[in-house]
Amino acid sequence: MSRRNAAGPLMPETPTRFEQIPKCPTGIRGLDEITEGGLPRGRPTLVCGKAGCGKTLLAMEFIVRGARDFGEPGVFMSFEETGEELAKNVASLGFDLPSLIRRRKMAVDHVQIERSEIEETGEYDLEGLFVRLGSMIDEIGAKRVALDTVESLFSSLSNEGILRAELRRLFRWLKDKGVTAVITGEQGRDNMLTRHGLEEYVSDCVIFLDHRVSEQNATRRLRVVKYRGSAHGTNEFPTLIDEHGLSVLPISSLGLNYPVSRRFVGTGIPDLDAMLAGKGYREGSSVLISGTAGTGKTSLAAAFAEGVCRRRGRCLYFAFEESPAQILRNMASVGIRLEPQVQKGLLRFEAVRPNYHGLEGHLLSLHGAVDRFRPAAVVIDPVTGLGGLGNENDIRAMLTRIVGHLKNLNVTSVFTSLTGAGESIEQSEVGVSSLMDAWILVRMVESAGERVRRLSILKSRGMAHSSRLRELVLSRRGLRLVDVAGGPAAPVSGRGAGKSHERS
Amino acid sequence: MKEAKKESPGRPRRQDPAGTWELRLYIAGFTPRAARAFENLKAICEENLKGLYRIEVIDLLKNPRLARGDQIVAVPTLVRKLPAPVRKIIGDLSDRERVLVGLDVRLRSASSSGTRRPK
Repeated sequence: MSRRNAAGPLMPETPTRFEQIPKCPTGIRGLDEITEGGLPRGRPTLVCGKAGCGKTLLAMEFIVRGARDFGEPGVFMSFEETGEELAKNVASLGFDLPSLIRRRKMAVDHVQIERSEIEETGEYDLEGLFVRLGSMIDEIGAKRVALDTVESLFSSLSNEGILRAELRRLFRWLKDKGVTAVITGEQGRDNMLTRHGLEEYVSDCVIFLDHRVSEQNATRRLRVVKYRGSAHGTNEFPTLIDEHGLSVLPISSLGLNYPVSRRFVGTGIPDLDAMLAGKGYREGSSVLISGTAGTGKTSLAAAFAEGVCRRRGRCLYFAFEESPAQILRNMASVGIRLEPQVQKGLLRFEAVRPNYHGLEGHLLSLHGAVDRFRPAAVVIDPVTGLGGLGNENDIRAMLTRIVGHLKNLNVTSVFTSLTGAGESIEQSEVGVSSLMDAWILVRMVESAGERVRRLSILKSRGMAHSSRLRELVLSRRGLRLVDVAGGPAAPVSGRGAGKSHERS
Repeated sequence: MKEAKKESPGRPRRQDPAGTWELRLYIAGFTPRAARAFENLKAICEENLKGLYRIEVIDLLKNPRLARGDQIVAVPTLVRKLPAPVRKIIGDLSDRERVLVGLDVRLRSASSSGTRRPK
């Protein structure tokens, strides 16, 4: 789902499948996958939805990404915002409109009709609009055009008959010009796709954007209502607008055909490596570390992250409960020094409050962060932080996608999971654990008047692993595992469970 | 047809520059509708603003970039540049009454000559 992946199968001009019409890639993450390559080349596409649904952004990204990433100059004709406003709005996405305009890769025109200063008398047509658009297309050799929102002409001019005829002519003219166009329209009443029925005229491809709020969680969705001459996903797809623009998450594109690696990645704790066939986690596998509060889950995950960075690999750390500064400080107290790795740029934190996005928002932002940073390993701490955002099925579905995505990229992932004190841990994690290749459990046990951490490996797919119960010791000098006195058969036995008890 | 009359300014009579009406008629090719608009305009001006007006016809097919400056979308569009403020009238100017209202010409000419017929 990275841009690279998305652009991979599309090859704009070559029909990839049987008799598929030629496609024009948008460069918008996920959208090209759903449409199997992009919008219909040389034809207009209607993008509709309510105010604030992201229509303008989609149109703008189509033009900017086309000009910047696909070598196709584009014209953006705005009926609402001025050129300066548009430039300001998308500057935060890293789109430099003035520069694109200077280099003649893009042209922006703001069409403004002040109804109050206009009188209509007799017949007219919209040739002025055609001339403006045509001259800009010719000036920069545009291959793409966006009209946002052409329907506002209806509120500026009163002769609806002329407008309708002229819009019909406009869309035909765009086709004759051979440009790929995005035309936005505001959603109408009574489930009309657009207020003035533009869908009647633009019928090759219609994309609907939805933005709704349920239980205080805003979710955005995108649906391809219609795509003449092409296969396309018909579902509603979760969509996110963030500082990188619009992205769509195609659900269906995740198969079980990811590559498998034969290599291993150290856990960052030599004693734990020893329990895992002396090697560590399998590269590209997913690891669950679960336990009750205060059992050292984050320490285990951080030790792994530090180990990865020490071997000069990159690690992305998603913190859902603690701030990065807090994690850095706490881990330093148990001998895990993450700060130098952050400074070297090998370790990156992404700290987001769980309730900042809906589940899908998290999923998309996670995907985006992974695709941009291209880490060797990912830590999600704790995955249970997302628990309040959906029911068990939703969360499981989301995890399935995350795990699938990371596996596709051969990224080793560690998930920590907080379990309630009273529950049987093996039971409560059944839903999640089946997704995981390895599962490490840490429990607090009372032993001779002391609480100690007992670590065990419940499973580790595809490798021999120790089934012994060990005691996890956190000290200033790092994490160690020591034998439990009396052996695994008698976990609760006398004093001296561990040889050292430097609690920290 | 375009060649027939590309720029056909109604001869401005240079007098009283303060009272000069500067009018611009935007067309896209000299179509029958454009010709009609020009003739209607000419007639209205002759009748009401004789000697006080100047018409500039701009053919957007020849000068497409000019369409942006005056925010032209429809053609024909008549733009009153002077006197300020700018006003626009779109269409073939066949409704004389509305043109006069659009140009805000009635009151002035009525007060100056007093010969305007009501209609």
